[in-house]
Amino acid sequence: MSPTPIELRDIAKVVRRDVLTMLLEAGSGHAGGSLSSVDILVALYWGVMRVRPDRPSWEERDRLVLSKAHAAPALYAALARRGYFDVKDLLTFRKIRTKLQGFPDMHKTPGIDASVGSPGQGLSIANGIAMAAKRDGRQYRIYCLMGDGEAHEGQVWEAGMTAAHHKLDNVCAVIDRNRMMGDGGTEDIVALSPLQDKWRTFNWHVVEIDGHNVEQLTAAFSEAASVKGQPTVVIARTVKGKGVPFMENKAEWHDRKLTEDLYEEAMKALA
Amino acid sequence: MAEMGLVDIHHSVVETEATNRGYERGLIELAERGTDIIVMDADLAGSSGTSGFRKRFPDRFLDIGLCEQDMIGTAAGLALAGKCVFVTTHGMLAAGKAWDIIRSTICYGSLNVNICGADAGLSAGGAGGSRQSLEDVAVMRTLPGMTVIVPTDAVEARKATVAAARTPGPVYIRFAAARVPIITTNITPFTIGQAGVYRQGDDASVLTNGVMLYEALKAARLLEDDGLGVRVINCHTIKPLDRAIVNRAAVETGALVTAEEGSTIGGLGGAVAEALAQSSRPTPIKIVGIEDRFGESGEHEQLLSHFGLKSRDIASAVREVLSRKRSLEGRDTEAARDRVQ
Ligand SMILES: Cc1ncc(C[n+]2csc(CCOP(=O)(O)OP(=O)(O)O)c2C)c(N)n1
Repeated sequence: MSPTPIELRDIAKVVRRDVLTMLLEAGSGHAGGSLSSVDILVALYWGVMRVRPDRPSWEERDRLVLSKAHAAPALYAALARRGYFDVKDLLTFRKIRTKLQGFPDMHKTPGIDASVGSPGQGLSIANGIAMAAKRDGRQYRIYCLMGDGEAHEGQVWEAGMTAAHHKLDNVCAVIDRNRMMGDGGTEDIVALSPLQDKWRTFNWHVVEIDGHNVEQLTAAFSEAASVKGQPTVVIARTVKGKGVPFMENKAEWHDRKLTEDLYEEAMKALA
Repeated sequence: MAEMGLVDIHHSVVETEATNRGYERGLIELAERGTDIIVMDADLAGSSGTSGFRKRFPDRFLDIGLCEQDMIGTAAGLALAGKCVFVTTHGMLAAGKAWDIIRSTICYGSLNVNICGADAGLSAGGAGGSRQSLEDVAVMRTLPGMTVIVPTDAVEARKATVAAARTPGPVYIRFAAARVPIITTNITPFTIGQAGVYRQGDDASVLTNGVMLYEALKAARLLEDDGLGVRVINCHTIKPLDRAIVNRAAVETGALVTAEEGSTIGGLGGAVAEALAQSSRPTPIKIVGIEDRFGESGEHEQLLSHFGLKSRDIASAVREVLSRKRSLEGRDTEAARDRVQ
């Protein structure tokens, strides 16, 4: 039985708290973009994706490519809470000899479907997996979580054309549309709007929803699964730093170091 | 070596600073002196060292977003129209992501674009292998006409930045985000293409740059206790390599160690080995660096130890080349004896 929306919200809160603890312990890492992605990951791993945490490399599993690789803390926390590995391991994030590297390494961490580092590269990887799945007659779906600033990268649009041309309806891209990047707002640095229109003219099926509403997220993913002959992009409207008031919509919390005091304050907000 | 104006790292408290900061100061200095400079960044101003420049000279700063390739291409156009351009992003993005554009647009046209790799080497620390750039020097060095510089500290980074602006053709400079020891001072000579002898010695030489220079000086000090005189050379410019100083080190000391915070393939060690293998004097060489693998997460200092890049590692490399040098000398003496008999 899938968890209820209320249960999913509780899980998301636990994952957010884990993210903050990991960042405090590590002394570095990306808070804003991890927190904005949490509800998307929780909706996927608990409500949508067919996975077997006890068999991370099960052939028929749905896959996720974390193209916005800097959100690794959110993915690690989600995987740990979903049962892929011990929650205690989260405290080793970014430390020497850890299995939880700063950016996902599939050879070190159970549940990671592709090693990734630079944003902009994940959608091509997802397309490749999707092409192989079609050739092999496999039913699994491939999700690719991207940042919005990431869509500045040219490779994203190359991959966008490829997926549409090859009718990769088993690919579902999710854009964490928090309107922020590292140095400021996407619309101030290099504007992305109108983002829906861009993807539509690239022949994608486009769904835009509130990326912190797990019901809307789950509905968007089932709509995507029903679309044939076309890849789907879910534009998830989010808030960078979601859940921690002093981080919300603040570009500096892209990768600022968390102090003990601020950590306490953040954990209170997520109590 | 008083005339070099070096900090006495063995007897004083050594200060540290990220070399990114020296880059920032160099950029500001250039703008203040009226250089028609444009500084570009790809959404990394917060960490790369360009945010201070952005604050002082917002009209001369361009944040191009996560468009590293477009940034390098646009820089080419700005340079063609006469601007002094500095582009900035992480080391492997600067050197790697836009490599073909650097090659086919910037280098093919010998354009005056200065490419700055921030957070390079292992200095990205916790971020781990995908972000740490260990190959940047190698991939930049192979490009026709490209100058490649790895400053040792923030003071030298400032000088390198200013000097790059005056150097014709493309220049790649690598900076570190982590705090690294300050060894040089404002009066320490710095000229692109001219290495500096920072410690004299006749038994062996260590050719190095970046943060490894500090480790090399400490290694030389360790070896002094064993009665060995080790020459330490700051090869901040990997290309063009200062062949005169390298050859002199080979001839006069007969045993070389290179040490760099990067891959053992194609970097400073590669450059020195290429030069000496084709000289009249084959010399034992040991290349200290990271061997054909990615970096990983950890603190910068821990990683230097983990990958065998500390002074003790350089010292054991020196002992190794010295033993090879002695066996070569032994063979020479035997051969001479044979000839006499
Ligand atoms: C190719 C590449 N460009 C830049 C970076 C550095 N970087 C990592 S995340 C990021 C900002 C990403 O913004 P966005 O995609 O909007 O992510 P979010 O706001 O969701 O964190 C930058 C500049 C990198 N690691 N690789």
